Amino acid sequence: MIKFFLLVNKQGQIRLSRYYEPMKIHKRTLLEADIIKNCLPRTKDQCSFVEYKDVKLVYRQYAALFVVIGIDDTENELAAYELIHNFVEVLDKYFSRVIMFNLDKVHIILDEMILNGRVVETNKSRILAPLLALDKMTES
Amino acid sequence: MSDVMEKTLSALPSLLSLDPGAKLSAASKLGALIRGVTELASKQDEEKLIKKELAALKEQVSAPTTSLKQMRECLVRLIYCEMLGYEASFGYIHAIKLAQQGSLMEKRVGYLAVSLFLSESHELLLLLVNTVLKDLQSTNLLEVCMALTIASQLFPPDMIPAVLPLVEEKLQHSKEIIRRKAVLALYKFYLIAPNQVQHIHDKFRKALCDRDPGVMAASLHIYLLLIKENPGGYKDLTRSFVTILKQVVGGKLAVDFNYHSVPAPWLQIQLLRILRLLGKDDQITSELMYDVLDESLRRAEINHNITYAILFECIQTVYTIHPKADLLEMAAKCNGKFILSPKINLKYLGLKALSYVIQQDLNLVLQHQMTIIECLDHSDPIIKRETLELLYRITNAQNVAVIVQKMLDYLRQSKDEYITISLVGKVAELAEKYAPNNEWFIQTMNAVFSVGGDMIPSDIPNNFLRLLAEGFDDEVEDEQLRLYAVNSYLALLEKSNIQYPQRFLQVMSWVLGEYSYLKTEAKVEDVIRSLHCLLVKSSVSLETKAWILNAITKLFRLTLNVEVLPEVMQTCGNSMDSCLRQCSFELKQLVENREIMNTVLPLDKSCDDIVVDASLSFLDGFVADALGGGAAPYKPHHQRQEEKLSQEKVLNFEPYGLSFATSPQTSSVTGRQSPTGLSFSSEISCNSTEAGLKDSDSLKLDGVKKVWGKEGYLRKKKESKEETVASPNSEGDVTADCTFTAEKTAGLSAEEREKQLLASSLFVGLGSNNLVNLMGKTQSTTQKFRRKSKIVEGQNSHERTMSAQKAIVPPLAEIPSLMDNVLERCNPFQESKENLLRKTTSDPPDVSSEEPAKESGESWTPSNNLQTSRAVPSSKESVSGLFADGNFDIVQPANCSSALVAREPISGLTPSLPVELAEHSHSKFELVCANENIALFSCKVWKADCLLIILFFTNRSSIEVTNATINIALTDGLEACESTDFPFPLVESLTTVRCQLCLQMTKPCARVLLTGCVMYHLESSQCTQEEFALALFLTDFIRPLKLSTEEFGHLWLSLSNDVKQNLSFTSNSPEALNLALRTLQQELKLHIVDIIGAEGIAACQLLSSTSCLLHCRFHAGVLSVWLRSGCGVLPDCLLYECQRVIRKVPL
Repeated sequence: MIKFFLLVNKQGQIRLSRYYEPMKIHKRTLLEADIIKNCLPRTKDQCSFVEYKDVKLVYRQYAALFVVIGIDDTENELAAYELIHNFVEVLDKYFSRVIMFNLDKVHIILDEMILNGRVVETNKSRILAPLLALDKMTES
Repeated sequence: MSDVMEKTLSALPSLLSLDPGAKLSAASKLGALIRGVTELASKQDEEKLIKKELAALKEQVSAPTTSLKQMRECLVRLIYCEMLGYEASFGYIHAIKLAQQGSLMEKRVGYLAVSLFLSESHELLLLLVNTVLKDLQSTNLLEVCMALTIASQLFPPDMIPAVLPLVEEKLQHSKEIIRRKAVLALYKFYLIAPNQVQHIHDKFRKALCDRDPGVMAASLHIYLLLIKENPGGYKDLTRSFVTILKQVVGGKLAVDFNYHSVPAPWLQIQLLRILRLLGKDDQITSELMYDVLDESLRRAEINHNITYAILFECIQTVYTIHPKADLLEMAAKCNGKFILSPKINLKYLGLKALSYVIQQDLNLVLQHQMTIIECLDHSDPIIKRETLELLYRITNAQNVAVIVQKMLDYLRQSKDEYITISLVGKVAELAEKYAPNNEWFIQTMNAVFSVGGDMIPSDIPNNFLRLLAEGFDDEVEDEQLRLYAVNSYLALLEKSNIQYPQRFLQVMSWVLGEYSYLKTEAKVEDVIRSLHCLLVKSSVSLETKAWILNAITKLFRLTLNVEVLPEVMQTCGNSMDSCLRQCSFELKQLVENREIMNTVLPLDKSCDDIVVDASLSFLDGFVADALGGGAAPYKPHHQRQEEKLSQEKVLNFEPYGLSFATSPQTSSVTGRQSPTGLSFSSEISCNSTEAGLKDSDSLKLDGVKKVWGKEGYLRKKKESKEETVASPNSEGDVTADCTFTAEKTAGLSAEEREKQLLASSLFVGLGSNNLVNLMGKTQSTTQKFRRKSKIVEGQNSHERTMSAQKAIVPPLAEIPSLMDNVLERCNPFQESKENLLRKTTSDPPDVSSEEPAKESGESWTPSNNLQTSRAVPSSKESVSGLFADGNFDIVQPANCSSALVAREPISGLTPSLPVELAEHSHSKFELVCANENIALFSCKVWKADCLLIILFFTNRSSIEVTNATINIALTDGLEACESTDFPFPLVESLTTVRCQLCLQMTKPCARVLLTGCVMYHLESSQCTQEEFALALFLTDFIRPLKLSTEEFGHLWLSLSNDVKQNLSFTSNSPEALNLALRTLQQELKLHIVDIIGAEGIAACQLLSSTSCLLHCRFHAGVLSVWLRSGCGVLPDCLLYECQRVIRKVPL
C-alpha cells in the first residue's frame, strides 16, 4: 500500500503531505526531515527509489518541486513512479486555467486518486469531475 | 519522459505558489503565510511566525462574525500549519462544523480538514456521523459524493450500522461515480469492521459485474483483500477476472482510461495480482489464465515505464502460478530486458524480479551473472542492496565466503541502522548455515559483532552463544570451536586501542568465562587481567561490566592464585553500581570458600538446568521462629491490596487480634517468603547477568537443536567420501564455468577478468545440471552434515510464507535429502534417534512429549525413502530441474508416474465413529480430499470441552500405504491440545485409520480455515502429497453456559465489552421472542437462562473459557440484542451469528 504522499520544494519545505496510516504530528515532521535528507541530494543518474526503514521512497522531480511517495513492499515501484506523473498531469490539466495557490484543491484531487493507500482512480477526466462540478456550482 | 512534457511541467511549481499578478483574494492570505515561511532563515523564526498565525486564527475561528467562506480560508491555513508540524487542535471542531453547515466547496473543505486532522479513534468523529447521514440522503449528488468520500477515508467503526443501509442503497445508483464511491466506502468498512459487511458479499459480486469499468475496478480492492485471506473461496471468479483483463489488454476500454497509450495500467496490475493469488498452487485455475498472460507479455511492446511496471507484475504472476514452459521462457526474456536496460530504475526492478524468479529457476542468475557483478559495484547503494538480497537467496556452501564478504563490505560503508540490522541478521544466518570451518565462522561472527555494533539485535549474540554452549554431537569438535573462540577473543583484547561494541564485549566475556579452561597453555590470571583492564574503562557500560565481572568470577574457580583479586575488589567493590558491588562481594566470599564456589560455578555446565528451590523451603525454620516470636504471617501483595480495599469499604466485624492466632506450622507454608524477600530479590538482581545467561531462553531452550559446526569435522572425518560424492559435482561446475569464461575473456582487460573470476566464485554450484531449488537450498551439499535448528526452520518457514509463491516445489523434495543426511551420518546418536522416531510414529500419544524427535523426522521410513530417491530416474528434465537439489536424485510427484493403476473407489470403506464418540453430537462425514489411492474424511464432534476433528484416512488402493502422515497447520486463533502431526506407519490395503485433533479457539473469528496435508508412500515408491482444507466456524466452538439468573446478573456486571443492535422482526406476535431465543438456542447452542415478559437472557461460552452473555428484548417488532463478554471481539462475532440466525426464524 501507499503509506504517504508528499510534495516538497527544493529548499526542503513541505508543500503538501497526506498520510494513509495514522501518525503523530511530531513523528511526521521527523520523518519528513529524514525523507528530504534521503531524496533531495540525489543526482539524476541515481535510482528514483530509496530505501528508508521499512518504506520504499519513490520520488520524482519537476523543476523545483519533488513528489515523494512512500510505499510498502507489496507495491510496484515503477507503477508508483508513474502514478506521480499521472498526478502531476492532472494538476497540469486543472490548474492551467486559474493559477493560484490551492492547497485544498490539490488535496481534493489527491483524494480522488488515492484512498486508504490504494490507487482508486487514474482516469484524468474522472479524477477531475467532482472538483470541476464543485467549481461550476460555486461560480453560479 | 519526453522533454516537451518536462517543459510543460516545469511550470508546475508556480501552480503551488502564489501568482504575483493574482488579486488579493482570500486564498492569498495563505499565500502570504507561505511566502512568509519560505523567506525565513531559521526554524525558530518559523516557530514564532506560525505561533503568531495560530493565535490569530484561533481568535478568528471562534469569532461569531466569521462567515463560512472565511472559515474555509482559515481551515486551509490551519491545514498548512499542522502540515508544518504545529498542532492546531482548536480548529478541529470548526472543521466538523463547516462540513455540517457549509455548502458545496465549503462543505468539501470542511470534510477535507476533518480527514486531515482527525484519526480514526478521535472522539470528535462521532459528531460527524449525523452530517454524513444527512448528506448521504441529500438530493445534491456532490454532497452524496463528499459523504461517501469521507466515509471511505475515516469513519467510527461502531457507527457503521447507522450508515450501512444508505451506502448499500447507493450501489444501485444511476451515476457511476456514486456507485464507485459506495463500493470504496464498503471497502473501508470491510477494512475496519469486516463482520459488519459480511452479509453483502453478493453485492460485491454485482459491483464486479457493473457495466462501468470504474465501479468494477473499485470492487477489485475488496476482492484482492478477500482472496488474499481465502484464495480457495473465490476460484469461481477466475474466469471473470481473466475476461476483464483480456478486455483491458485488448483495448476495449474508453480512451480516457489510457495512460500514455497503455490501457488502464493500474487496473491491469491489480488484476495480475489477483490472478497470482488465485493461480498459486492450483494447476486448473492457472491454466485458465495462461492465454491472457501470454497476451499481456506480448502486448507490452511500448517502451514506457508503465509497460515495464505491468511486465514486472506479469513476471511475478507467471512465476507464481502453476508453471508453463513457454510462458516462463517469455517472462525470463522480459526479465532480461529489465536487467540489461541502461535505465537505472528498470535495472533495479529487474534485480528485484530476478530475486523473485530465482526461487524457481537459478539458470536465470547464471545468464545474468556479469550484470549482477556490475550491479554489486554500482555507485548507487540501493542497487547494491538489491543485488546483495539476490545473492543472499542463492547462497550455498560453496559461495558463502564470497557473498558474506560482499555483505560485510557493504555493512562497513552503510550508516543506516535499519539496513545494518537486517543485513547483519542475514550474515549471521548464512554463517551459521554454511560455515566451511571453525575459523571462518568465528571470524565472520567477530566481524558481525564489530560491524553491527550496538544496533545488533540481541538474538544474534544469544543464538551464537547458545550454539557454542550446547555444542554438537562431537565433544572434541565442540571444544575446538570453543577454543578457537577463546583464542580469537584473547587476541582481540590484546589490541589495546580498539573499542569494541558492548554486545561484542559481552559475548567475549561470557565465552572467556566459560571456556578459558580449554586453553591449557595460557595462564588464567592473564585472562583475568585482560578482562580486568576492561572493567576500568569508561567506555564500557555497566551492563557489560556485570558480564565481565561474572566471567572473572568464573575464572577464579580455575585458579588458586588470587593475586589479582584485590585489584578487582578495588575496582568494583567501590562501584557506584550496587549490582557490581554485590557481585564483587560475592566473588570475595566464593574465593574464600572453594567448596561453595565449585557447586555454584560448575565447569562447562551452562546448559544444565539449575534446580531452584522456589519455595525457599530452607528458610522454613527461620520463618517458624519468627512467627513463634509474634511476627505477622506473610501475605502476598495482591492479598494485602484486596484486604486494604475491602476494609475501606466495609466495616470490620471480626474481633481484633484473631489474625495472629494462626499456628506457626500452617503459616510457615503460606508465608514463607516474607522475611527473606529482600535478600532474595537482591541476589537475583545481582546475578542477573549470569541468571540471564543460564536461565533465560537464550541459552537453554529445551529441545532446540544446533545448526552450525558440522561440516568442519565431518569434512575431515569423511574426507574420502566427501571427495567422491560432492566434489566431482562442484569442482566440475567450477571448471565448467571457468572454461566457459576463459573462452570469452581471451581479449579482456585485467579488470574484466577479475569480474569474471568473481562471477565464477559467486555462481559456483548453480550450474544448470546442478540446479538448486530454493526450498532445498538449505539442504545443499555441506548442509547434510548438520542437524537442523528450530530457529533456522522457523526462518525457513517464514521465508516460505513471505514469498509463498516459491512453493511450486513440494516440500517432499527436501524430505529425501534430509533422510540422506540422517542415514549417511549413521552415528550412534542418530541411530538411537531413529529408533526413537519409529517408536513415536507407532505410538502417537508420545509424539507431543518427544518434540525433538518429531521435529527431525515427520514419520517416514528411512530405508524406503532412500530407495525411492535413488531409484527413480530423472526422465523429465524440465520438471526435475525444478525439483532437484544439486546432490540428490529426483523425486517425481506421484501423478507423473504411470506404474500405478488407478483403482475404483471401494464403497465398503466408509468411515464410522467409535461408540464413545458417536454419542456426542457430531457432523456428517465430509470428504476433504481424495485421489485414486486414498481418501480423507472428516467429522466434527462437538464435545462439551472441545471441538474434536476426527480424520479418517482410507487406503483405497490394493497395496499397502506406508509412512502416511497427516499434518495440520494451525492458524492463528486456534489451539490444539496436542500435536497436529499424525503419523501412520502402515495402512493396509482397503482399510481406514483414524486420528483425532482436539481444538479450542483462542481468538474469536467467524470462520477459520484449517489447512493441512497428507503425505504417503505407496508400495515404497513415490511420496505423494495431497492438501486439504477444513472450514471451522465460530459456532463449532460455542457451548451453552449453564447459569442461574443471579449468576447471570453478577457476571453481566463484571463484563466490560459489549455490543448492542436492533434487529427488525417481521412479526409482532408475543411468541416472537420465545421463537427467536429457541432458534438461537438451537443454532448457536446458547443456554436460555430466563425469559421474563418481553426480555430474555441467555449465556454461552467460547471454548475453552470465554463466556458471553446475551440479553434481548422484544418491542414493537424490534429485537434489541445486547451482548457482553470479557473478550473484545467475541460479542461482535456472535452478533453477526445472531443476525444470521434470526433471519432464519420461522415466522
